[in-house]
Amino acid sequence: MTALLETRGLTAFYGDFQALFGVDIRVEASETIAIIGANGAGKTTLMRAISGVLKSAADTITCRGEAIGALTAPDILSRGVAMVPEGRRLFPSLTVEENLLVGAYGKRRGVWTLDSVYTLFPILKERRNNPATALSGGQQQMVAIGRALMANPDVLLCDEISLGLAPVVVRDIYAAFPRIRASGASIVIVEQDIGQALKVASRVYCMMEGRITLSGRPDELSRENIHTAYFGAVRHEPH
Amino acid sequence: MSLIDTIVQGVLLGGLYALFAAGLSLVFGIMRLVNLAHGDLIVLAAFLLLVLVSTLGLNPFLAALLVAPVMFALGYALQEVLFNRTLGKDVLPPLLVTFGLSIVIQNGLLEGFSADSRRISTGALETASMAAGPVTIGLMPLLALLSAVAVIVGLNLLIYRTALGRAFRATSDDAVTAGLMGIHPRKIFAMATGLAMVVVTIAALYLGTRANFDPTAGPARLIYAFEAVIIGGLGSLWGTLAGGIILGVAQTLGAAINPEWQILSGHLAFLAVLLVKPRGLFPRAVD
Repeated sequence: MTALLETRGLTAFYGDFQALFGVDIRVEASETIAIIGANGAGKTTLMRAISGVLKSAADTITCRGEAIGALTAPDILSRGVAMVPEGRRLFPSLTVEENLLVGAYGKRRGVWTLDSVYTLFPILKERRNNPATALSGGQQQMVAIGRALMANPDVLLCDEISLGLAPVVVRDIYAAFPRIRASGASIVIVEQDIGQALKVASRVYCMMEGRITLSGRPDELSRENIHTAYFGAVRHEPH
Repeated sequence: MSLIDTIVQGVLLGGLYALFAAGLSLVFGIMRLVNLAHGDLIVLAAFLLLVLVSTLGLNPFLAALLVAPVMFALGYALQEVLFNRTLGKDVLPPLLVTFGLSIVIQNGLLEGFSADSRRISTGALETASMAAGPVTIGLMPLLALLSAVAVIVGLNLLIYRTALGRAFRATSDDAVTAGLMGIHPRKIFAMATGLAMVVVTIAALYLGTRANFDPTAGPARLIYAFEAVIIGGLGSLWGTLAGGIILGVAQTLGAAINPEWQILSGHLAFLAVLLVKPRGLFPRAVD
């Protein structure tokens, strides 16, 4: 059975620095997976490689069996892999609505349109004509998610969407995930915030120093296992 | 010669300068590429028009309709095979490459057309004019100004009202993230340069029919274009029109005082604006 999205022995380099050392992950249709790990573990590098911002060896990333590692970002998007980049990266000279419309540039059809994104995040409809960067951090994150959804992706990569946001705002954003999943898309969540990720994911990969150190269903993984995989050593909880 | 007439003629001349500048402004706005061959590309287009008009006997406006797609294709190809390779963090490679292209075009035109100065004839239109009170307005200069306004209205509609325009602005903001949205930045850049060359063709039509030109006329057009863009403020096409008009009026006023002062007074007006408002008169609020 070929996976919707798969990496096999994926490596990545920044100049002489190797950031990924043979990463294997698998994303099946209509599932939510979480990739957790500390700062510098290689999570964002992995997202940048999959989305085509970083070039990889062709056959280390496959989409429905097709080798896509060497493709450019727009070509990978056209295979149905969209990304919400770390730090949101909204277009500052565009309004909220224009940012969303740019997301639909690839012209993939599906349930996600301006209307359905506004139903998902009603606040964006009120602020549709504001410059995107005039919004609060949480609202900007909603624009970034909506913009990626406008491409009607089969896989939605979400890189550190809770970074820098208040917990209550993060909860609001995660509340939208069941409806995103209901549209049939698979979701890959990259988080440092383990709690949030474990709640929504059906499978978890833990990364450390450019490698996958642990994977499994959230209920199979003990806290101790995760701490070992996350920090490299068992952390003794105070009693 | 009355003062009003001098100013009106300057405004009309400003339309031509705005046409020189609009393409330059478009390309700089989208990819931060300073095309030093812009003036030479205008002259190249003028020679293409001249060939069609003098050998086939075509009407210059009809010739421009034929040359525009050729120049679009040339611009698209130049961007794809040449300019895209020079874009990056370093600002020097595009300057060097376009400077080299400028020399190549000038010498190519010298080889092909000799150093003689030429002019595109518009027949009866050349001398057609209308009286407006104390002022006489030449039809061709008036058409140049109206074309400049039409070009700027058209470009603004394209940039602010279409999907392609959104892609232009998104790519200008952040090319990597635009790629994640399915936009191929290099193709967007090629489209922008192609469009700029269509504007260049319109500029060439009015350059070639207004006055004599020769293969070395490009660099001076480039300087006028730059001055118009910078007086108006980077990123604003209406500012570019205002910049062209200020430059044109300064030149005709200077020439009215003493014909030797025409060019100098344009440069002085440019320097005066830079002293008072270093970012130009109408800089875009963002960036």
